[in-house]
Amino acid sequence: MKMVEVDKLTVTRGGNKVLHEVSLNVEQGAFYMIIGPNGAGKTTLLKALSGLIKPDRGAITIQGRDIRRFSARELARILAMVPQQVALDFPFRVAETVLMGRSPHLDLLAFESRHDRELAQQAMDFTDVSHLAQRRLDEVSGGERQRVIIARAICQQPQIILLDEPTASLDPAHQLKIMDLLERLRHQGVTVIMVSHDLNLAGVYGDTLVLLKDGEVACLGSPEQVLTEEQLQTSYECSLMVDENPVSKRPRINLLPERYR
Amino acid sequence: MGSFARKITTILIVLLLLLVLALLMGLAFGSTGGIREVWHLLINSDQDNDTLRAIIWQIRLPRVILAAVTGATLSLGGLVFQALLRNPLAEPYILGVSGGSAVGAISGMLLGLTIFPGVALTAFAGSMFTLLLVLGLASGHLSTRRDTLLLGGVMINAFYSAVITFLISLSPKASQVHQILFWLMGDFSMQTPEQLIILTPVLPCMIIIYILARPMNLLLLGEESAASMGVDVRLIRLILLSVTSLMVSLVVCQAGLVGFVGLTIPHIFRMLLGADHRLLIPACVLGGASYLIGCDLLARTIASNGELPVGIITALVGAPLFIFLLWRSKR
Repeated sequence: MKMVEVDKLTVTRGGNKVLHEVSLNVEQGAFYMIIGPNGAGKTTLLKALSGLIKPDRGAITIQGRDIRRFSARELARILAMVPQQVALDFPFRVAETVLMGRSPHLDLLAFESRHDRELAQQAMDFTDVSHLAQRRLDEVSGGERQRVIIARAICQQPQIILLDEPTASLDPAHQLKIMDLLERLRHQGVTVIMVSHDLNLAGVYGDTLVLLKDGEVACLGSPEQVLTEEQLQTSYECSLMVDENPVSKRPRINLLPERYR
Repeated sequence: MGSFARKITTILIVLLLLLVLALLMGLAFGSTGGIREVWHLLINSDQDNDTLRAIIWQIRLPRVILAAVTGATLSLGGLVFQALLRNPLAEPYILGVSGGSAVGAISGMLLGLTIFPGVALTAFAGSMFTLLLVLGLASGHLSTRRDTLLLGGVMINAFYSAVITFLISLSPKASQVHQILFWLMGDFSMQTPEQLIILTPVLPCMIIIYILARPMNLLLLGEESAASMGVDVRLIRLILLSVTSLMVSLVVCQAGLVGFVGLTIPHIFRMLLGADHRLLIPACVLGGASYLIGCDLLARTIASNGELPVGIITALVGAPLFIFLLWRSKR
């Protein structure tokens, strides 16, 4: 089933084309990785997919329906977004934050039912944050907080989950934990679209990679098709070497310092 | 489900009892009378003590009601501004929104408009204008905007107090000057109890804010995060800002400038109850009402000759709290 279709999407901001005729075709249960150098338009693409910014030209279709014909609440029942950061100025507790994921499913004045609480508990168990339930969001570590926000997204019961660099600023252990979590979600049928700067993570976990460069799709395909030395060196303008990860058999990217060139 | 309902019910009952107590104290104490006399008056209406009865029903009751409505409105106003600007130090007085209402109100009075709807409308226009100015300052980069906002508020307030002083100097009647100056620091004494009627729109404003409690919760974690959870951010912001500035400007028309209530009360309740607005909104309304009745009682009884403006008391409590919060946020 087609989950997300992007047809010649163009987004202009302040006279500059941030995205130019980007087209994608995401099947249900796919794991898409959006990669590309800084300023390539990765985050803009993600925001357009989540309905946060309007396309200037082209169309985005979610489950066969034009994204502009969804209300914000309808869209939030199908699609969850994990932002790079959340604001921490106010002392919400972990359990409260996760439970907020039920909002798109509830009437304005309704209180969460036992069912909603159970879903929140399941989401916290799934992301391994149940032991933090009563802690404040600003008291937990960065990796834990990211898992809380993912738990909130899961609690939304979306069919598509969008993530903007969820592993940035995390240590390797936490990165692995979050990526494995996303892979389990994907095996449950959730479509995952993620922006990442970590090419190795992208190669190991993604099944389709989208390499953006200057707002256009430079390359789209399997990790083996996209993560080639030639492709990456042109797009990122840096020296690197690609070999094969002996365990995953996926491409492995090695950056080359100046002294080895 | 049960636990949340139980929690909210308990908290509201406690705060309601506190409010009733504050109301009784507010009625009982003053230059004359005491708890016992008021109690007799309440249970035994044909007792012949007409002076005290007149004082209590004609003077103290409207005054206590005005204090309660002002306290409720300003603390709720602080809560809403803090959520919308995602800045725990935002508050109608500090941001200059109260000052904008005051400039609007004084201009209306000088133009000879009636208090309702004329002065109320000019006050509303003043507060909306200031709010838009503040929002302009608050947009931009996240890391700089907290300080920009506070600094902007300080400057807006300085400008408005200059404008107010200038406007007062234009006033033809010298006798009005003292009255306006008193009003600028918060004044709950009124000419007629009927003036309370213009405060009735405050109630629907509060109800609308309560209906939007959950979207406000979502907004606290960031606008994009809220939008991706199905919140129509622009609509919600527009509604909350207009409604809040309407109720604040009505209260300013009646009670003048009472500062820091919107900082003190939401902070106390956030420490006690956490950040969920479905709890905080009713708690701030009830708690803010009790708090300002108490402050007014102090203002009426503490001075040996006459009374203090209530804004003095709230500033004595609130300004140090503000400095403490600022200091803590820097660490």
